[in-house]
Amino acid sequence: MADPQHVIDIYPQRGLLDLDLRGMWGSRELLGFLVWRDIKVRYRQTAVGVFWFVLQPLLATLIFTVVFGRLAKLPSAGLPYPVFAYTALVPWHFFAQSVTRGVNCMTQERQLISKIYFPRLLLPLGVLLAGVVDFGVGFLVLGGMLAWYGVVPSVAVILTPLFVLLTTATALAVVTWLAPLNVRYRDVSYTLPFLLQIWMFASPVAYSVELIPERWRWLYGLNPMAGVIESFRWAWLGTAPPSPALLAMSTAGVIVLLSAGTIFFHRMERTFADTI
Amino acid sequence: MPMTPASPSLSPEVAIRVSGVSKQYSIGGRRRGQDTIREQLTARVRSLLRGGLGRSENATHLALRDVSFDVARGEVVGIIGRNGAGKSTLLKILARVTTPSAGHAQIRGRLGALLEVGTGFHPELTGRENVYLNGAILGMTRAEVARKFDEIIDFAEIHKFVDTPVKRYSSGMYVRLAFAVAAHLEPDILIVDEALAVGDFAFQRKCLGRLQAQAGSGRTVLFVSHNIGAIRMLCSRCILLEDGRVVLDGPVDAVIEKYVEQLGQQSAAKQVGPRHPDVGSGFLLHPREPVSDLTIFCGEAIVFDFDIEAEQPPGDARVGVSLRVTTPTGEYLVTMDSVVQRAGWLHGEEKHWNVRCDLGRLPLNEGAYFVWVTVCVYDDNSVKRFARFTNAFALHVLERDVFGWGNSLPRSRYWGPLYWAPEWQIQPAARLPATAPASSAGASDPTHQEAVAWQDSSA
Repeated sequence: MADPQHVIDIYPQRGLLDLDLRGMWGSRELLGFLVWRDIKVRYRQTAVGVFWFVLQPLLATLIFTVVFGRLAKLPSAGLPYPVFAYTALVPWHFFAQSVTRGVNCMTQERQLISKIYFPRLLLPLGVLLAGVVDFGVGFLVLGGMLAWYGVVPSVAVILTPLFVLLTTATALAVVTWLAPLNVRYRDVSYTLPFLLQIWMFASPVAYSVELIPERWRWLYGLNPMAGVIESFRWAWLGTAPPSPALLAMSTAGVIVLLSAGTIFFHRMERTFADTI
Repeated sequence: MPMTPASPSLSPEVAIRVSGVSKQYSIGGRRRGQDTIREQLTARVRSLLRGGLGRSENATHLALRDVSFDVARGEVVGIIGRNGAGKSTLLKILARVTTPSAGHAQIRGRLGALLEVGTGFHPELTGRENVYLNGAILGMTRAEVARKFDEIIDFAEIHKFVDTPVKRYSSGMYVRLAFAVAAHLEPDILIVDEALAVGDFAFQRKCLGRLQAQAGSGRTVLFVSHNIGAIRMLCSRCILLEDGRVVLDGPVDAVIEKYVEQLGQQSAAKQVGPRHPDVGSGFLLHPREPVSDLTIFCGEAIVFDFDIEAEQPPGDARVGVSLRVTTPTGEYLVTMDSVVQRAGWLHGEEKHWNVRCDLGRLPLNEGAYFVWVTVCVYDDNSVKRFARFTNAFALHVLERDVFGWGNSLPRSRYWGPLYWAPEWQIQPAARLPATAPASSAGASDPTHQEAVAWQDSSA
């Protein structure tokens, strides 16, 4: 409980790095409730529930297998194309869903934002964390697929939580930039589907990173999802490990994007109630 | 960029300090019609073409202007003012929902802000789940909610439905539960905005009682309401806002008096040009005073005085006028018609007509009403065509103790729009109701007899 002598100061502006971490920590229970609510409500009144999360990447896998695997005959690192694509589609789908929901949750919760104070970052954070549950289900299905095709994961599979963290951080970084913009300009939510589609084809989802010439691969790492997807393939399918340069570039990119994004979000959140 | 200055020390006896707070909203540069980047860009380009490089279209509105006051610990302060005076903006700033444009505010202790009841309720979740979720949103810990859970459910009177999704609740149950959660928040400082205007009359009384208990227990309360009765009951001190400024800050009675006086003046100052009918045509309405917005106390006489301009002189046609009083939700209360009363026609070669309608002491309860004016062109005894001015006048009736019983009447929402003073006779009954009072005073009245007969049969 807060100290009764604690003085809250309200100023027109606040320092660039005054991120109210104390407030964030104080609201951790609220974050827990938001995650819990999201999980509870997300698939209510749907027939197949959480399997919606699995269904979408599975259908995409089917389409990709026909179009890119059979017709275009893209190389799939010597693996059955469906497994190759699905392993990338699970993290990609999680990422795309997290960004879409994270960006739109601000406008969906406008009532809350215009009536109650709480660190606004909790809203997208809650949505993202709730999505991790879906992510887990996606991997259960992947396990089944691997058994079916007789593919043995590499030891790196124990690093999966780290890669999940990297994916979540990437999604959060994007959300911290786009969600405040969406509060102000609804164009963002209309542009988002196209942006994500372009981004998907710029990531090694349908194809292998091998298609990118070696000397450009570090630059390719500027797209953090490239590092994420390559890491997942390495861990679960035993493909060649991602080049350290690519992975380092991806991680550094996410850290920079997320730190700057958090500052941006905190600057913008003060006027959310006025502009939303 | 301006850095956060070191906070000036706040004496422990002050719970809230507001110093020079202003809030500016931009209108035109933002808001409607400029919600997308394209609209923003076109607005920018348009203003450029008009020869201004600056943000000429960024009209601004000052919702608060240099507001300063202190609230001592344990004080219960009411904030009143007309719509748009800045009350809600002030509370939003103190609740940290939005930021001031200038100035500084300090709050000592844990703050609970109820800007709205039931914010964050999720229809798909059960009552129990929503209590926890809403508690967390309002700033309670899980342990705190768990401790008060039974008390909250008792207060809301929804025992049977605790595990039902709230989307199946009646609206009454919903607001009761929402208020119950809010009412069990026990902050050092409580900020309440109109949150009391929920539920039925009995529940509202209960809520007021709860607030009163909180106010009496040394908690600092800042309370915004249109309900003058509630303000008077709860607060010792009151702040009157007008146009974003503090106009008066002092003992509650003096401030309410000033507010009521101001309400009357502002209404009278309202200028209104000629009005076109909403339905039909051929006539214009000119309020005479010029008042289209009347404020009176319960029990005061109401007079409408307006001019009607006929585009064509009525000539041989006979034209009547009717007035209709409606509730804000549009239910008709009463219709008065000059023709039905054989009170006169608009007739002949004149184009301008004055109509004065003295309603006398129409027994309206506290609340807002609208008055429609309809001009009807008659053909024999039937209406050939008409021009209707929907909501031509707004009528605000302020509460007053009409009966001198020591309190004003409950709001019209709960007691109906009318008050009436019938004659009562209450005395010990000498006989059982089953034996009909055949010789009672009203026995000769047929409707009364009917009622007696019905009583007999049901007995």
